Order: sequence, then C-alpha cells, then structure tokens
Amino acid sequence: MSRRGALGPGWGLLLALLLALGELPQVAGVEEEPGGGGHQDSEGFQVVTFKWDHVQDPYIIALWILVASVAKIGFHLSHKVTSVVPESALLIVVGLVLGGIVWAAEHIASFTLTPTVFFFYLLPPIVLDAGYFMPNRLFFGNLGTILLYAVIGTVWNAATTGLSLYGVFLSGLMGELKTGLLDFLLFGSLIAAVDPVAVLAVFEEVHVNEVLFIIVFGESLLNDAVTVVLYTVFESFVTLGGDKVTGVDCVKGIVSFFVVSLGGTLVGVVFAFLLSLVTRFTKHVRIIEPGFVFVISYLSYLTSEMLSLSAILAITFCGICCQKYVKANISEQSATTVRYTMKMLASGAETIIFMFLGISAVNPEIWEWNTAFVLLTLVFISVYRAIGVVLQTWILNRYRMVQLEIIDQVVMSYGGLRGAVAFALVVLLDEEKVKEKNLFVSTTIIVIYFTVIFQGLTIKPLVQWLKVKRSEHREPKLNEKLHGRAFDHILSAIEDISGQIGHNYLRDKWSNFDRKFLSKILMRRSAQKSRDRILNVFHELNLKDAISYVAEGERRGSLAFIRSPSTDNMVNVDFSTPRPSTVEASVSYLLRENVSAVCLDMQSLEQRRRSIRDTEDMVTHHTLQQYLYKPRQEYKHLYSRHELTQDEDEKQDKEIFHRTMRKRLESFKSTKLGINQNKKAVKLYKRERAQKRRNSSIPNGKLPMESPIHNFTIKEKDLELSDPEENPNYDAEEMSGGIEFLANVTRDTATDSPSGDTGSDVPLTGRTSPREVLQATEKSPRPLAPPPAPPTAQNPAPAALPDLELGAGPTSEAGSASGTWLERRGLQGAHARSAAARRVHSRRSFQRPRARRRPALLKLASLQPSCHEPPHGLEQEETPL
Amino acid sequence: MGAAQSTSEEVRELVGKTGFSSDQIEQLHRRFKQLSGDQPTIRKEHFNNVPDLELNPIRSKIVRAFFDNRNLRKGPSGLADEINFEDFLTIMAYFQPIDVTMDEEQVQLCRKEKLRFLFHMYDSDSDGRITLEEYRNVVEELLSGNPHIEKESARSIADGAMMEAASVCVGQMEPDQVYEGITFDDFLKIWQGIDIETKMHIRFLNMETMALCH
Repeated sequence: MSRRGALGPGWGLLLALLLALGELPQVAGVEEEPGGGGHQDSEGFQVVTFKWDHVQDPYIIALWILVASVAKIGFHLSHKVTSVVPESALLIVVGLVLGGIVWAAEHIASFTLTPTVFFFYLLPPIVLDAGYFMPNRLFFGNLGTILLYAVIGTVWNAATTGLSLYGVFLSGLMGELKTGLLDFLLFGSLIAAVDPVAVLAVFEEVHVNEVLFIIVFGESLLNDAVTVVLYTVFESFVTLGGDKVTGVDCVKGIVSFFVVSLGGTLVGVVFAFLLSLVTRFTKHVRIIEPGFVFVISYLSYLTSEMLSLSAILAITFCGICCQKYVKANISEQSATTVRYTMKMLASGAETIIFMFLGISAVNPEIWEWNTAFVLLTLVFISVYRAIGVVLQTWILNRYRMVQLEIIDQVVMSYGGLRGAVAFALVVLLDEEKVKEKNLFVSTTIIVIYFTVIFQGLTIKPLVQWLKVKRSEHREPKLNEKLHGRAFDHILSAIEDISGQIGHNYLRDKWSNFDRKFLSKILMRRSAQKSRDRILNVFHELNLKDAISYVAEGERRGSLAFIRSPSTDNMVNVDFSTPRPSTVEASVSYLLRENVSAVCLDMQSLEQRRRSIRDTEDMVTHHTLQQYLYKPRQEYKHLYSRHELTQDEDEKQDKEIFHRTMRKRLESFKSTKLGINQNKKAVKLYKRERAQKRRNSSIPNGKLPMESPIHNFTIKEKDLELSDPEENPNYDAEEMSGGIEFLANVTRDTATDSPSGDTGSDVPLTGRTSPREVLQATEKSPRPLAPPPAPPTAQNPAPAALPDLELGAGPTSEAGSASGTWLERRGLQGAHARSAAARRVHSRRSFQRPRARRRPALLKLASLQPSCHEPPHGLEQEETPL
Repeated sequence: MGAAQSTSEEVRELVGKTGFSSDQIEQLHRRFKQLSGDQPTIRKEHFNNVPDLELNPIRSKIVRAFFDNRNLRKGPSGLADEINFEDFLTIMAYFQPIDVTMDEEQVQLCRKEKLRFLFHMYDSDSDGRITLEEYRNVVEELLSGNPHIEKESARSIADGAMMEAASVCVGQMEPDQVYEGITFDDFLKIWQGIDIETKMHIRFLNMETMALCH
C-alpha cells in the first residue's frame, strides 16, 4: 500500500490520536472509580478531579472531527496521492482502519453513522452548500434534463434493479432468503438513487465540463424526492404485507410523489423568501447576519422533514432561490463569513460522512454475505444505470440544443455513485419487518465502497482517456460578459419576433419580473443598484489591474510612482500583460513594507509645507494625501463584540485601488484617443507654475471638454456624502457613485492636478470648488478657521483658480475638504472591490475554498464595506497642522 | 413573393437556402404574415407590434439588424427599407442551432457567421471596425435596462472592455500606439475559446408545438 506510505506524518498523528481516543475511556474508568467513590469518603476539598463522564460525548465528537480533519491534512501532504485517489475513497479507507483499531481495542463498534446524525446534522450543510452556490443559470437551463434523469431515471433504476434481483431470487441462485418482492423493491429504491455527497466529492476533482457536471449533480440532488417517496411507499407496503396492498395505495404513492417533491420545493422557496426578506433589514446587526442564512435554511430543512416532505429539495431550493438576494443584501464580511462557514461545514460534514462510512463497516454483527446477491446488485445497478442513461439521452437529444454525446453518456452512467444517503436509509430499516436487513446493509456498504472507491478512482483516467470536454478556468472577460448579455437580449428578441415561447423567452420574462417586483421587495435599495453582473466583472478586472499595477511598480524596485508628487516620473505600467504571477506575494509585501518609509516621507514633507504656502505646496499636499500610507501603529485597536473595527490595510487598499483606476484610465484614454494627455498636462502645469499664467487657451487634450456638467454633479454628490453621520442613508447613493467615480477619474485628474490652469476649466472649477470648501467647512467638526469660501463664491472671476485660494487660505480646511472627498472615493473603491470579490466567488461556484489560489482577492473580500467607515479618517492627519 | 409562398416549390427552395424544415418555414411564414399584417414585406414599424419586444433594451439594434444589408447579404453597407419573407428567413437562419451532422469546418463557418451578425450589430457605421464610440453606444443600450446604472458607468465599462479588447488583440501596446477599434478579426480573437453553442442558438419549434403558443 503505497498510499499508506505516502500518508506518513498524518498517519502517525492519526494513530496517536486514535490510541488516545481508545485509551481515554479506560483511563477514565480507572481514575474515575477511586475519584468518584472517594469523593464521598474524602473530607478534604479536591483541587483537581477527573470527570470524563461529564464531558465524554462532546469530547468524543470533537475528537472525531479533529481526527477527520487531521486526516484531511494528511492526504494533502502528498499531492500525488490526492491527484490520483479521490479524497472520499481515502477517507473511507482511513475510516476502515480506524474502525479496525477501535474494534481491536474494545471489541465493540461504538461509532457508527446513525441515520439521525446523518440526516439532521451531516447532510443539511452539504446540500445547503450545493444550493447556495448553485450556478443558477446553468441549473435552470438544464432543468428539464435534470428532472428527467432524477425522476424517470431513479424510478427506472429502482424498479429494474428490484425486479431483476427478485427474478434472480426466484430462480434460486441466491439460496434461501426470507424476502418477498416488496423487500426487493424497497432495496432497489434505496440503492437506486445517485448520492449528492458522493457525486460532489468525486466530480469536484474531475472537472468535467459544467453541463455534464450540472446534470449529474442536479440529478443527485433532485432525485431525493423520488427516493424518499419510493422508500416510504415500499416501506409501508412491506409493513402492510404484500397481499394487502391495493391499487388505491399505489395511486396514493404516486400522488404522494407530487406532494413530497412540490411541497418540499415550495417550503424551500417560502423560506428563501423569508430569508431574503430578513437579510434586507440586518444592516445594524451585521455581526449576526450570517447566522440567519444558516438558521433559516436549516429551518426549511427541518420544516419539510416535519411535514414529511423532501427535506433535501427544500434546503436546495432555499439555497438556490435566496442566493441572489442574500448575497446582495448582506455585507461583504458577512458574505465571506457565510461562504467560508458554509464551505467549512459542508466539507467537514463530507469528511465525517465518508470516514464514518468506513468505520461503520467494521462491525461483524451487520455483515451477512450472499455472493450472488451482492455481485448481482453491483451488476444490475451499473447496467441499468447505463441503459437508463442511454434511453433517456436518446429522448432528450431530440429536444436539447446542446447534444449529449456518447462520451457524456458514458461519464454520466459511470458517475452514478451511491453514498451515505443509501446507507442511512438502509440502516433505518426495521429488522422486524425486513428480515434480511443485514444482507441489505452489507450489500449497500459494498455498493457504496465499490462506486466511491473503484469508480471514483477510475473516473478520472476514464474522463482523460475519453477526452471528455473539461471545464476550463477562464478569467472572466468584460467583453465576454457584454457579448453574452447582448446575446441574451438578441435571443429573447428573436423568440419574441418569431413568436415562440422558449428558454430565452421565459428567462427574459422572469428577469423582468424579478427586476420589477422581487428585487424591489427582497433587496436593499442600495443593493438593487449595484447588482449587475457586468459591473461586477468590471470591478473585478479593475481590481486585478490595480493590484498588478502596484505589484508591477514594486517589482521595478520602488514605490516612487505611488508617492512621487509629480506625475512626471510615474512608472508607466503596461496593463496589457496578463497579471504577473508575483501579484499575490507582493501586495502583502507592499502593505507591510511601505509603512515606515512613507511615514518618514510624510513628516519631512509636512515640515516643508509649513514653511511654504503656495500653489505648489497645495499640489504637494494633495498628492501626499492621495498617496499617503498611514503607519499602522497609529491605529487603535478596540474590542467590541458587535462591531468589527476597520483595518488600516483596507484604507490603503482602497487608496491603491482608487489611485490605480485613475492612472489606468488616464493611460488608457491617452492611448485610446491618441492624445498624450498626461504629459501635456504636466508640462502645462509646469509652465503655469513658473509663469503663474492663468488663461492658457490650450485645454488638456480633449477630455475636460467632454462633460463639465458631469464633473460638477459628481463633486456635488461626493460632497453631499461627505459626512456619513449626517447621511445615514448614504449607502444607497454611494453605491452608484462607486461606478461613477471610475468614469470620472480622468476628468477629476484633469481638473485636479493641473490645478484648473486651463481656460476651459475655469467656469467649472469656479462653480464647484467654493461650494466644496463651503460644505466641507460647514460639516467640519472643528470650529476654528472661518470659512474662506463665501467671498469666493460671490466672486466668480478670481475664483477661477480655487486651488490657489485654498492654498492661501487655511490649509487645514482645504485639507479636510479634499480629505473627505478622497475618503469618499476610497469608499467607493472599496465597494467596487467588494463587488469584485463577490464576483470572484460566485464564479468559482462549486469549488470548496482553496485559499492559496487567490490570497490577495480573498483578503480583499474580507474587507469592511462602506458603512462603518470612520468619518474623516484622513482628516485626522491634518489636525496637527 | 410572400403571396406565392404556399407553393411547395418555393418552400423547397427556401429549405435549401436557409436550412429550415418546411414545417418551420410554414410556421415562420405564418408569423411573418402576422407581423406584416398580410403584406408581402415587413417595415420597421411592424416590429412595434411585438409587445414583448418593448422591454428589450437593445430593441432598436436588433430591429435594425433585420434590415442591415450586410446581414441580408445584399451589400457592404446601408439599410433596406423593407424585407420580404426570404430576407426574414435569412436573418432567422443566423440563429439555427448547429447541425449534428456538420463537420468541424462547417461548424467553424457557422460560428463565424453568427459572430458576424453580432459584429454588424455593433459596427453601426459599417466601416468594419467597432470604434469606442460605437461600443459605448451599444453598452449604454445594453445596460439601459437597469435604471440604476448611469450612462457614465456604462461608458466606463465600454472603455474598460475596449481596453481589454486592445490587450487581447494587439498585445503589448506602445505608449503612443493607438487602438482604433475592433476589427472582425479582432472580434474573432476575443471570442476564441468561448462556446457560443448555447448563446446564439434558438430551437425553432416545429408546427405541432407552435400551435400551442398561439
């Protein structure tokens, strides 16, 4: 077993843990006796007592979880092993070994996977995870196919397997069994269903193309209703006894299928609605926000279980339906929390399930061997699955646009893994009624082992050998998204024109309905604005560029381009190169690195500024503000249970983002429009500085002329928002601003850095800036320094160069004005980034988190959203002046 | 031509030209008649009668595409005033799903045709290039369905997309290099590796199922 060898370190740990686990009760027993008995005897107070019984149950549970998790670490120590053997198979083997050791030590099988634990605690997280991260469009696009496989396919599997086994039984090949037709059908129904846990575990590692994946996976989720109904129907029939089953009961069974499946779905949808609605109002209790997601979806599971509906369907649809609204409503941190908690729970539950599947098998009491029965079951489920798939695909292909080819069918047949659901169901059987329960249990275990281990092991080579279309990991492209959107609209239009009701028609109608009604009820107003996938992709791309921009600068050896007050020596980063691989490492490096260096810089410049007060200084000041990194030490850590304090990093990230966007757009525009606007601007600025020339007739390229109006309105908006305390509702406006700012950066720069030195800018700045100052002054909490603005406002002509005015006036005021403004932009940046992060996630729909792949982005995803932004964050720097 | 449509010969001719089945053609013809109000040709106004189209943000672009000479294979530019049934089918044929029997080359050709349709929709001045202005225009319309997205953001998205296109097509650009617009070759490059199987296809229904929709 080379596998075991490779496990090396993990193995040793496991063994140690396990021994400890096995020993504990005994040790405890030994100690407890004198301890417990002696308690009454001894009169003195015992300083230390050993109370194993007291903690036994939770302790053992915790230890098992630990063992399972450590085992997982063990697997991943060797990449070779995990790339060949699926984790689920490894876990089963580990479980077998552990179970063997425990059994050898105690000769009892104390740990088994009980149906209660499985159905109440282990299964829901996995299914919820599946639903919540379900790629909805893909799922609903293939819903017809999925339903056919899930319903007809499962019934077919159950019926054929059961009947064939019964047929063989009648021929006498299995020898004497105390069973009847109904028992075989019951067994068939529980062994027929493809298991979501097993399928997910194996297919996740195989990376087949998404259509194939969604079909197999969707089938495994949705067949639950069928399984539940078949199982309960046949169980009650068995209880009744074969001869008493009437036609009415059969009809009832069929009716109950619809009730169970539709009812379960309905429960899920209702709870999803509830959940979305609740998260709409959790703005002030951010910290417990993620809890709602779990509690309410779990309630949907329990409710439908209570009503004996399909619980899996309920929680699946709860996840599917709520995801859009919940993701939009909850804050970015909460979204990250939900994401990670969900993945953690699901992954943990899965680990435990497979391990316990292994452990449960080590129990001689349940084993009852019947070679013919076991082998034939294996043969039948494989063969009938294949036949069923081929038949159904043949029907489906007449209606499907994307044909399912032979290769796909092979993978689908082969991917019909059975798992813990079957096991839990078979364990649930009543030995009184089903006489051959043990045989069924043994056979189920063998079937599970065979499908999970053997098929799981071979499916990857099979997929490679058959050259099944694999899913490719593409970076999302803005163009692709836009074109995709265009296609959506075109297709629905063509369907409208040709008068057909097709997928696109329905989707179009649904999205209209959603936008008009559902989103309005279920989404925060602010979220309604920012939820657009195209925007998300856009932000994500911007974010990546921002990161790579900084990384690139850093790679070139200095951060000069960030700090330098002049735009002259700005490093010209080429964005067309795809993100450098150094990105992730260097961003964190950057954040750590820059602290001290910039701090020094800041002080020296501050001193300098005290001495000179002129326009140039104003510019320096401005640049400093923009490019400044606050040393981390200044940040005070406060403990609060209800609020997460904002990290310094965030602000810096925001600034990087903000700055980069500006540069990026600048460089783009200059390239795009064929104007080297930047250089010109700088040159102009220099000349202006030397000569104090005011009315240069040459504007900065074309840009400032484009839309002065916009510039004006933006500034207005920014200022309105400049004090979060006065604007509790600013969240809403700010969202849209986050997008706007991107568009306007270039123009802002055009007016900012050359300090309104161009003719065309005169009226514009003359109009806005005084107000800016005025408002900033009004809102400034500090009473000192009389507002210099009113005279300027009344006097438009000299106000032509407001920056000069500002520079000459009290600098602290100017600082606060631009400070808040900047901060606001920072906020917007943060929002944009969080949207991006959200995007990142939803794209990686079904992957369990693999943090190592994108530390940078995940880190960003964990950032605070705008709402707890401390007001006047940057302003505080200015106070000593 | 529309009036004489019922003759089987012409239907057969159309089947050969467009690849629709005769059932589908008959069905589409009925629809055509319905749209045109029993006229042999359709004019732009007729599309206003389709109520579901009203909510479509790029309605005007799509309708325009029906009259675009390039799509109708009638000329390098310009718009037709009215289209007859055959033209109507020509446009509809762009959306036919890829036939299973097609070989790789035909599939590629088919794909190219479909993309060309989209390209023509973007390239409104028929100069073979999607300029920034044109792109912005389309994006603005695309996003106009969402009332919360301002024109400004649509523009910046278009800018971003254009920049992305430039980086895909030209690669590293010199600082002073100017990217003038997306040519069709560039357009194909952007689409490289992206499946359009599900994106540009419509399953045209046969008669029986269509009857239900009326």
